[in-house]
Amino acid sequence: MKEAVEIGRNPSAEPDLPDLMARVARGDQEAFASLYDVVAGPVLGIVRRVLRDRAQSEEVAQEVLVEAWRTAARYRPERGSVMNWVLTLAHQRAVDRVRSVEASAAREHKAALLDRTPEFDEVTEQVEARLEREQVRRCLRTLTELQRQSVTLAYYRGLTYREVAELLALPLGTVKTRLRDGLIRLRDCLGVTA
Amino acid sequence: MTTVDLHTLTGAYALHALADDERERFERHAADCADCAQEVRELTAAAARLGLAVTASPGPALKDQVMRRIATVRQESPRTVPLTAPRAIGIRRRRPARWVLAAALAAAASLGGTAVWQHERAQDAQEQARQAERRADQVAAVLAAPDAKSRTATLAGGASGTVIVSKSRDQAVFIAARMAKPPSGKVYQLWFDDAGTMRSAGLMDPGRTTEAVLMEGSVDGASGMGITVEPAGGSAEPTSDPLALLSFPA
Ligand SMILES: [Zn+2]
Repeated sequence: MKEAVEIGRNPSAEPDLPDLMARVARGDQEAFASLYDVVAGPVLGIVRRVLRDRAQSEEVAQEVLVEAWRTAARYRPERGSVMNWVLTLAHQRAVDRVRSVEASAAREHKAALLDRTPEFDEVTEQVEARLEREQVRRCLRTLTELQRQSVTLAYYRGLTYREVAELLALPLGTVKTRLRDGLIRLRDCLGVTA
Repeated sequence: MTTVDLHTLTGAYALHALADDERERFERHAADCADCAQEVRELTAAAARLGLAVTASPGPALKDQVMRRIATVRQESPRTVPLTAPRAIGIRRRRPARWVLAAALAAAASLGGTAVWQHERAQDAQEQARQAERRADQVAAVLAAPDAKSRTATLAGGASGTVIVSKSRDQAVFIAARMAKPPSGKVYQLWFDDAGTMRSAGLMDPGRTTEAVLMEGSVDGASGMGITVEPAGGSAEPTSDPLALLSFPA
C-alpha cells in the first residue's frame, strides 16, 4: 500500500469541524460546501444501508443534509463531534422512513432480515473509509454473536428492540441488555469518548 | 417500567430502537439521570461509528441539488434554538390531545381562581384585583375556547409547561407546574416566537412555581413560544438560551 495513512486517526473527531459548523450556523454556504464534502458520504452510506433502496436513499440523504444546514445552530460541541451529530440525524431519518414505508409490507419477510447479507461492501474506495470499516469490523467481532446480531439488526436494519426480540425469539429484557452491552463493548473497543 | 429498567434502555435509545412512547419515557428519565445521559452520549458516538463504517460515495448530482436547496432554505436562528433538539434528552413534546387540555384545565382550577393572579402587596389593591380578574376571565376564556389546543413539554427537574392556544381569540395561556424558583434577582420571561424573532409575552411571578399566565399580546401568527431566565423586570429580547421552546399545536 503506497498511501500515507495515519493509523488510529479517528475520522469522527475532525478537529476543524466545529469551527466549520459555527460558520454554517451563521449562514455561510461556502462553509456548508466544505462540511458537505466531509459528511455526505457517511450520510448517504448509512441511509442506503438502512433503506436498501437507491432512489429513496438519495432523497432521504438530501433531506438530512438540508436539515443539517437548517438546524446547524442546534449543534453543541460539548455533546459530541459534528460527524456524530450528523450521523445520528441521518440514522434517525432513515429509521423514520423505513418504519413508515415498511410498516405494511417488507417487515413480514423475517427470513429476508435474517439472511446473511454481509453488512459491509467489499469494494471500498478511500483508504480512510477502509480503515474505519476494518476497525469497526474488528470491534464487532469482540461482541457475542447475539450482541452483534441484535446491534446490527437495530442499527443497519432500523428495527425496534421489540422487533429484534420477535425476530430472534428472545425475551424483551434480553434484547435490551444485549443492545446495551454490545454497544458498550463496541465503545470500549473503538476507544470512543464523549 | 421501573427505573432500573429505564437505565438499561440507553443502548436501544442510542440505536433509535425504541417505540415513540418508550423513547419519551426514557427521555424524561434521562433528563434527571446524569449516568444515563452520559452513557447515551457515549453509546450514540459508538453507534455513529457503525454508520461511518459504511460510507458511500455520492455522485456530484447530490451536492448540486443540496447546494441549490440550501440557498433557499431559511435557517433556524440561534436565538430560537431549543437547548436540546426535539428528540434529544431534556425536553419532551407531545401531540395535542384532549386529555392534555383536560389536565391543564384541572391544573388551572386547582390554582384557586383569581387568587392566583393577585399580588398580595399590591399598591392599588382594587385596580390590581380588577386587572387580575380580567386576566383570570381571559385565561378561562382561552382554556374554554372551542378551538383551544394545547402542547406540553417536560422541563428539567420534573417541571412541566403547557401552552394553550386559541386561534379564534388570538391568545395563549402558559401553565407552569413545579418550576424551580428562578435564581434571586431573576425572573422567567415568556416569548412569542415570530419565525425566529422572539417577542416578549410578559413575565411569570417569581414567587410562584406553579402558575397560569395569560401571555401578553396577541398570538398574531407566532409559531411557538419560549421561556428564558432574565434579570428582574425582564428584557427587551432574550439574553439567555431558552429553558424550553414549544411550537404551537397546528
Ligand atoms: Zn438512568
